[in-house]
Amino acid sequence: MILGKIIGNVVSTAKVKGYESKIILIVQPIDKVGTAIGKSFLAIDAIQAGVGDTVLVVEEGGSARAVLNEPDSLTVKTVVFAIVDMIS
Amino acid sequence: MKFGKIIGNVVSTVKVESFEGSRLLLIQPLDENYETVALPIVGIDTIKAGVGDFIYYEISREASRVIENTMNPCDVAVMGIIDKKYVAEKQVISKPHAVQKVKK
Repeated sequence: MILGKIIGNVVSTAKVKGYESKIILIVQPIDKVGTAIGKSFLAIDAIQAGVGDTVLVVEEGGSARAVLNEPDSLTVKTVVFAIVDMIS
Repeated sequence: MKFGKIIGNVVSTVKVESFEGSRLLLIQPLDENYETVALPIVGIDTIKAGVGDFIYYEISREASRVIENTMNPCDVAVMGIIDKKYVAEKQVISKPHAVQKVKK
């Protein structure tokens, strides 16, 4: 699981079947203090996270499908599945 | 999933039969500010993206599921074409999880 921060989103109408109703967020991996580390990537939103939220992202197909309860035929790998309140 | 830009088509007639009838595109990996981050890669396209389109693609075994016959060696697949992109300005966050001012 990756600790990240939502830094934006992407609007896209032409996409693969199964992604129609999905919101795509831009996630920047951060460290414990919140400074950006590494490159940003895109993830599908499963919990209505907004820009500026600190979130957890899963990057594995099987669990991503389980979170979104999607059929096996859907290509999904990175999903935002939790909002982090605090890291101490 | 990562940002990318289609920079070319790849035409190949002699290939593994599970790739029959699928379009191969040359993708330039980008970051959220559309700056180049890696060498170009080739991906399968099922949504008719053209050269010059900004797209996002998925990698690894999951990408092979965009084709019916999932017994195929594809590991990069174009997932969608980007219409609009919104990125909040990057701030070095001093206080952990400080509330971020987002310019509208």
